[in-house]
Amino acid sequence: MHSDPAEVKKSVRSYMTVFAMLMVFTVLTVTASRFHLAVPVAITVALVIAAMKGSMVAGVFMHLSHEKRAIYGALLLTIVLFIVLLFIPVLTMMDHIGTPK
Amino acid sequence: MDKAATIGAMAPSHAHEHKHEELGFWRTYVFSQDHKVIGIQYTITGLLFLLFGFTLMMIMRWQLAYPMRPIPFVGNWFGAANAPGGVMLPEFYNQLGAMHGTIMVFLGVVPLAVGGFGNFVMPLQIGAPDMAFPKLNMMSYWVYFIGGVAMLTGFVMPGGAAQSGWTSYPPLSDIATTGQTVWLIGMIFLITSSLLGSINFIVTIVQLRAKGLTFMRLPFFVWAQFVTSFLLLLAFPPLEAAGVLQLMDRLAGTSFFLPSGLVVSGRPLLVSGGGSPLLWQHLFWFLAHPEVYVLILPAMGIVAEVIANNTRKPLWGYRAMVYSVAFLGFMSFIVWAHHMFMTGMGTTMAAFFQTTTMIISIPSVVILTALLLSLWGASIRFTTPMLFALAFLPMFGIGGLTGLPLGLAPSDIHLHDTYYVIGHFHYVVAPGTIFALFAGVYYWFPKATGRKMNDVLGKIHFWGSFVCINFVFMPMFIQGLGGMNRRMYDGGAQYIHNAGLLKWNIVIGFGAWGLGLFQIPFIINFFSSIKGGKRVGDNPWDATTLEWSAPSPPGHGNFLTEPIVYRGPYEYSVPGADKDFTPQFEPDKEKPGQSGVGRGGQN
Amino acid sequence: MIIPYTVEARPDTGLHNGKLGIWLFLASEVMLFGALFSSYILLRVGAPEWPHGELSVKLGAINTIILISSSVTMVMAWASLKMNDFGKHRLYLLATFALSALFLINKYFEYSEHLSKGEGPWHSTFFAIYFTMTGLHGLHILGGMIVMAYFLGPGAGLWKRNPEQFANRIEITGLYWHFVDLVWIFLFPVLYLL
Repeated sequence: MHSDPAEVKKSVRSYMTVFAMLMVFTVLTVTASRFHLAVPVAITVALVIAAMKGSMVAGVFMHLSHEKRAIYGALLLTIVLFIVLLFIPVLTMMDHIGTPK
Repeated sequence: MDKAATIGAMAPSHAHEHKHEELGFWRTYVFSQDHKVIGIQYTITGLLFLLFGFTLMMIMRWQLAYPMRPIPFVGNWFGAANAPGGVMLPEFYNQLGAMHGTIMVFLGVVPLAVGGFGNFVMPLQIGAPDMAFPKLNMMSYWVYFIGGVAMLTGFVMPGGAAQSGWTSYPPLSDIATTGQTVWLIGMIFLITSSLLGSINFIVTIVQLRAKGLTFMRLPFFVWAQFVTSFLLLLAFPPLEAAGVLQLMDRLAGTSFFLPSGLVVSGRPLLVSGGGSPLLWQHLFWFLAHPEVYVLILPAMGIVAEVIANNTRKPLWGYRAMVYSVAFLGFMSFIVWAHHMFMTGMGTTMAAFFQTTTMIISIPSVVILTALLLSLWGASIRFTTPMLFALAFLPMFGIGGLTGLPLGLAPSDIHLHDTYYVIGHFHYVVAPGTIFALFAGVYYWFPKATGRKMNDVLGKIHFWGSFVCINFVFMPMFIQGLGGMNRRMYDGGAQYIHNAGLLKWNIVIGFGAWGLGLFQIPFIINFFSSIKGGKRVGDNPWDATTLEWSAPSPPGHGNFLTEPIVYRGPYEYSVPGADKDFTPQFEPDKEKPGQSGVGRGGQN
Repeated sequence: MIIPYTVEARPDTGLHNGKLGIWLFLASEVMLFGALFSSYILLRVGAPEWPHGELSVKLGAINTIILISSSVTMVMAWASLKMNDFGKHRLYLLATFALSALFLINKYFEYSEHLSKGEGPWHSTFFAIYFTMTGLHGLHILGGMIVMAYFLGPGAGLWKRNPEQFANRIEITGLYWHFVDLVWIFLFPVLYLL
């Protein structure tokens, strides 16, 4: 159980490691934006870096890497619906099959 | 390290403790944290809103049956701004329409079905002393109440209440009068109330089930509330976001939903433009489709309980029903754009939504079929709740079947925005859900009050409502197929193609006013039975689920002894048993003293 | 009347009520911000042109560093309680509060600069979505600060009466706070860099 004082002391090291990595990734993402990459590449790079930062915050700070099944289940459902919400609306407006040019 | 905590077994230094001193009037009846009081508050407020929303519609029906004729009796009550000389203005008709829809869905049915029945019954059915977060529960009710009041203030705003449909489509809603702003503010309160409630429900069902109550021993009503809570939790936030965006458009001059080049009354609108009216539609329907499942699922739950109890048989296909309701809940999130087939969507996405819509009909049919099959070989008791529950089945069947041509784009081209749609969804919600809610009121009234409602008045209520409600909604299919558009304040008279359909407006009107009259026996029955109804014991219906082991009405903390569950929820007519029902909470007779928690039992 | 599993975990789920509750709340928040991100995508894809370089990357980056730091101090505030050091806990919680305030102050300067140039939400859909998303995020920071102030103030008494429950509440606050940080981790590149 990570709530045991000895375990928590070990976790503190990982918190500090994550802190350092988050700083590094922040510098990385700002630097990447200076390169004026092509839009799809820029988006991919930015989102990949953000996803890595996010996973560290979620996994380590929020203890999600060793959470219970009920939480994982609720979050999995949420992520699926989040992706639906993010992409389906814009897809309905980008589909021109059958429309004369 | 972690001990299993049971009711009453925890030392006072732990956790959430209510003091046993006397709370004053306000903390007992107004700002109560007891789920039963809160459930009753939601029930009464919800019923009052239903009555109010119904009244709005009865007034609309006059205009539709007899366009431009002064409204009788109450015509002069609405003021010159709404109905000069008692003749309804189009703007007033639109207010009545938008507010009827909003009030019925958000202030009436859902608070009653989820806030009322869910709050009162669910903790009792799972053997819990209360909800997981009693303070949050109290807050949910009062935030709902404030939201409801906020919505109603629209009627006294300059320009009147919201009048852009319950769907509030921009650009119209963006430029509408002040009533729309309070509608949006009201919605934000209602959504907040709903979110707090859904968190409470899910945590309570997961964490506070009694010993021996595994998920597959839960009454179907609890499963229905569980799935409903997930729908509310995950589908409402996009509408909250959309509401904020529309408020920004109306108050901060943004153009989230305003396209470039919009001209209003001959003058170009001075906004940045670049917005998308369709963005609102996506965000709105992302909620509003799951919302209709929020309307039906608790109703199915109630019908399941009443049918099992009044057939004296286990429900047919419990497992199938549970898997279906979970699958239905998930699918409900990916069908929303079937409300948007006419918005210029490309064929690929239209095909996607048609497919998901057709698939979602499967679990619905499974549940309906299971309920129908539960009647086979049954010893049916035609009690008042059972009459309403039985009527639900064919009514929901009609509602569901008429949804199919709407879910397919080719037929939807002809039927979209016609009276066919209104007929379809009202069949599901009115003789569907609302009948189920009536069944629930008659069924659980004895638990809440210790008295039964009067049977004669109940049967008058049922038969009168059943006949009238079909006269209200069946003709709408004829009108819709004939091409009569919805939301027309003159009842369609201005279009020549409607000429042969106008007579149905008179039939529908009389059906509606008759339906209104037949609610009077119910209102009288409800209030007079509280003190004057026949006294009953803990389990007047000889039912099997946990709530019937608590006193009628239950006290603070609900159960006199810790509830323990020994079997599934519908063990009726078990072969070899001494009576035709074996409650969940009754220990096994063969081995006295056994805790019974591990015993399999029929599911 | 006592509600079971308010403090200690229910054996089969392994959770106490508040933890499940906060994760469900965060799930709903994912959908709330998701709707705004979806709106952003839809509006940007539909726009003939989209502004670049309108926002101060420097201020945004500084705020990112401030918020990440506040996330670390927040988790340390909880960890200190688990290691029974109430004094350290209060210092870390105060630091989190202070960093949040700094974030909001920066935001105030950022907003003022834009508004003084007439670049309010009414200016374009870009500024509309920028103000709305960062504004809603800012309100969430404010909400978090109110909760922290409560636990620095009157709420701190619970530590003496029921230390485990107090630690749970700080953990729950931390989960909320990390989520607020997480939203910003995506908001910053999307609004400022892309």
